[in-house]
Amino acid sequence: MSDRQFNLSCPIPLQRYPQILMAHGGGGKLMQQLIQLFLTAFGTADTIQHDAVTLQLAGNQIAFTTDSYVVKPLFFPGGDIGSLAVNGTVNDLAMAGARPLYLSASFILEEGLSIATLWQVVQSMQQAAVQAGVQIVTGDTKVVDRGKGDGIFINTTGVGIIEHQQKIAPQSVQPGDLILLNGDLARHGMAIMAVREGLEFETTIESDSAPLADLVLELIAAEIKIHCLRDLTRGGLASVLNEIAVAARVGIEIDESLMPIREDVRGACEILGFDPLYVANEGRLVAFIPQQDRDRALKIMRSHFPYNAAIIGQVVEDRNFLVTLKSQIGSKRIVDLLSGEQLPRIC
Amino acid sequence: MKFVDEYRNAEITRKYVAAIARITTRPWKIMEICGGQTHSIVKYGIDKLLPPEITLIHGPGCPVCVTSVDLIDKAIALAANPEVIFCSFGDMLRIPGSHSQDLLSVKAGGGDVRIVYSPLDAIKIAQQNPERQVVFFAVGFETTVPTTAMAVYRASQLGIDNFSLLVAHVLVPPAMELILAAPNNCVDGFLAAGHVCTVTGYQEYQAIAQKYHTPIVVTGFEPVDILQGIYMCLKQLETGRVEVENQYARSVSYEGNQTAQRLISEVFETVPRQWRGIGTIETSGLRLQNEYSKFDALNRFRFKDTTVQETTDCISGAILQGIKKPHQCQAFGKHCTPEHPLGAPMVSSEGACAAYYRYRQLVS
Repeated sequence: MSDRQFNLSCPIPLQRYPQILMAHGGGGKLMQQLIQLFLTAFGTADTIQHDAVTLQLAGNQIAFTTDSYVVKPLFFPGGDIGSLAVNGTVNDLAMAGARPLYLSASFILEEGLSIATLWQVVQSMQQAAVQAGVQIVTGDTKVVDRGKGDGIFINTTGVGIIEHQQKIAPQSVQPGDLILLNGDLARHGMAIMAVREGLEFETTIESDSAPLADLVLELIAAEIKIHCLRDLTRGGLASVLNEIAVAARVGIEIDESLMPIREDVRGACEILGFDPLYVANEGRLVAFIPQQDRDRALKIMRSHFPYNAAIIGQVVEDRNFLVTLKSQIGSKRIVDLLSGEQLPRIC
Repeated sequence: MKFVDEYRNAEITRKYVAAIARITTRPWKIMEICGGQTHSIVKYGIDKLLPPEITLIHGPGCPVCVTSVDLIDKAIALAANPEVIFCSFGDMLRIPGSHSQDLLSVKAGGGDVRIVYSPLDAIKIAQQNPERQVVFFAVGFETTVPTTAMAVYRASQLGIDNFSLLVAHVLVPPAMELILAAPNNCVDGFLAAGHVCTVTGYQEYQAIAQKYHTPIVVTGFEPVDILQGIYMCLKQLETGRVEVENQYARSVSYEGNQTAQRLISEVFETVPRQWRGIGTIETSGLRLQNEYSKFDALNRFRFKDTTVQETTDCISGAILQGIKKPHQCQAFGKHCTPEHPLGAPMVSSEGACAAYYRYRQLVS
């Protein structure tokens, strides 16, 4: 037995939460602590935390990632668990600058699930795979007792190939980089909330779920220098920027007046007391790009996402690695990581 | 967005900031009573836009923060009872009780804890689960009392027997009086809580303003609201006037919502209530009237009789009374953080300590 195995100790302080809470999956500080638990066991000295790992395999550089999908309801405006399970993993590969090639699909099905529902999800996955240019080539199915699952849980694992020499990772981010965002924020999270809580607005809020690989591959083909990419899923923009600021040892400044957020989404957030900067998206990314490539990069981004693609801020030197926001009224404040999930406020 | 953007307008903000600087001639301490206002002030950095003579003091106006450890412990005990579906507003779930356990942990341990947006949702849950006991954690100032009263009234009308309340409602004016009557009081003027006054009106505040010779301005929650409230309060202070004024006229009337008030007095009566970090304040809490007492969870369930000690490292009492600022606490940001809160103001996003931690932890 090596020394390393002897020294394993759980990094999560047990006295506060000896059990898994929903907040451990919320994209905030508790989830960071949970990731430390896995890193302690599985990590190595050169582990880089990113959406997908890049590996050197017999002459080819590949990207490899995995993700599990649990969502209630299974079908929601703008998508379903099937399209989400394909797009999410495809997007993680794209964030490493890879061309997504193959996916696995594992299903955990709850006893009693209707076959028609399963077929609908599987068809949706197939369509999403065609759209993203990937093939689903292997899979697995398990069935659990009624009440032990939420209809369908899906895990997808993806492999992609890296066909360029750029190092797209938080460590490449430098002061002076601009932060580009490909569209409006917070739509996926609020679409799910609206359905789950039975909230009705004048318009239907649709998820922004979308594949991002085509956009990334075109940016790379145009020789845009991409320092880092990250898709804005759980925990939203704020959590992603905090993770990158710490990993790149820089500060990040963003401007509230530049944040594209749809009116109905803002309204829903105001009603529930949510900050849209922390709400999940499923088809949004931030790209860290040097100043000289800004116009070309933005043009390509707008050719894929015509609405609301924008420069929302920049990277600065800061020894405290803070994310700060210039508010609408001109004052400045810290945008911190949340502890766990956003909880609806009382009044 | 209408009703939001115009109150977050940079141009109007600048005008009020300049006007405030123009009329300020000496130091003043103004307390905003409501946690929602504290959240806005810290989020938008409003206090940093003010001249150095003006100090904003963050009052005890977060109902989540001031709920006593004893009631949190009772909530935790109820939520752990397999017979019970425990319904609560979201931000109560992370408040630690006396053994640093919270409702989220109870939920993870198998307790049936559900987040609701209205006590009427809890009534629905009770109707759908007739074999279970449904308890709603009734928290909040006068703002949330009408919906709780409505839920009890509805349950009574419909004969719903499996619904009850753990009542933690608190009232604002007695807390204001306590602060003003304290020998170490340092508050020169108050911003009263706009949404509380939407329900209660502001008749009751006249007597407080006169008795303690302290101006009160009923104020809203957006940056422009708060700056205008401060401006109105300063104008009174600088000219020696003492009145109750209404900045939040788009929502608040002098009489308030009389239908809601009638319902509240039909269902509730006032009692002494313990405030976390402050102590017991006379007539500052609500209890169900005799006629509705069968809906009181304290009567329906048995609780262990224990007295609980509040932690001594936490200076939340001094913070809630405005005597100290969050960063003046030894524990702030060190062994007290939103992940490991020692005291309630660090837990709710409306608590003064959490707002400071979230928006300016390293900015002095």
